[in-house]
Amino acid sequence: MKLNSLFAACILLLAACSGNTEKRLPILGEREPVEKVVDGKTVTDTIYQTIPAFSFLNQDSVSVTEKDFEGKIFVADFFFTSCTSICPIMHRNMLKVYETFKGNKEVGILSHTIDFKYDTPSRLKSYSEKLGISGNQWQFLKGSKDSVYTLAEKSYLVAVSEDKAAKDGFVHQGWFILVDKDKRLRGAYDGTKPEDVDKLISEMNILLEEYK
Amino acid sequence: MRNRIIVLGFILFSGAFIMEACQSEQELNYARYYMNGKQVYEQHCQNCHGTDGRGLAKLYPALTDTLYLKNNKSQLACFIKNGLNDTITVNNIEFSGQMPAESHLPDIDIAAVITYITNSFGNKQGLYDVAKAGADIKACQDLNDDKQ
Repeated sequence: MKLNSLFAACILLLAACSGNTEKRLPILGEREPVEKVVDGKTVTDTIYQTIPAFSFLNQDSVSVTEKDFEGKIFVADFFFTSCTSICPIMHRNMLKVYETFKGNKEVGILSHTIDFKYDTPSRLKSYSEKLGISGNQWQFLKGSKDSVYTLAEKSYLVAVSEDKAAKDGFVHQGWFILVDKDKRLRGAYDGTKPEDVDKLISEMNILLEEYK
Repeated sequence: MRNRIIVLGFILFSGAFIMEACQSEQELNYARYYMNGKQVYEQHCQNCHGTDGRGLAKLYPALTDTLYLKNNKSQLACFIKNGLNDTITVNNIEFSGQMPAESHLPDIDIAAVITYITNSFGNKQGLYDVAKAGADIKACQDLNDDKQ
């Protein structure tokens, strides 16, 4: 009898656990309700904030746009190659994300440099090679100051700025932003904290499940 | 009588204390350097070289190459103080990036962080004190002055 109840408890526990995997990630950013007429009836739909069209040069001096990320979920961050503050920590952690999803055609990584003067594609190439990155799953992108800073602050909600007083000349936040295949923001993780990055990896798997 | 016992006890106690202190003064000194060095490391080195001293791929060298640290021991203080632009080979990997200068660090902090690094991450090379750091830094400054 006792064993039976123990068994039942285990089953219940298992059921509770498997229920957790159906967790759905929230959709972040601004949203706007719109009224549409469908079949003569007025329904309210929601338009979510999305990452707009962009065009940058990558580490191979190839133009990369939002179209290259169609059918992919991706993680984006902001860094610069001569940064000695949080960037090395961020990319030590991002390397784990890269290794975990290496070769997965549904996953991309975008690292935008905020050092628009110094970080040329050839510098980005040398940086990515030294980091051990090959292929184009992890893109290191360069753009004009305006385009990158506006994208960071308006679309990814990450603060970046030039600051002559800062040690390396720039200040920025270390967020890793998770974006779904519809270019909506689905998560923000502190890229300097290994435990946050582990959470990102598990939530990327949850997000990929949505498209199965 | 009672006072005598107290005084005697006190003398014995402080005597033992001083003896103890003398014996382990060197150990204490080392511990002090190491602890301060850990703080300096966390503040100035750890971002690139990592909590475990393993560096980052081919971007930032590891601090686990005991032989490299030993062979270049008298250079380490200058590397930290003046930065490093040369290509170096650590753990059989070539590094050519620039290490920024920590020119604001006083000799005592440089000595502490070298003590910490050369006794962590699998290294065990003992105390590197402030006098040694001062002499090493002066030697490489003299060398630079000669070049100019």
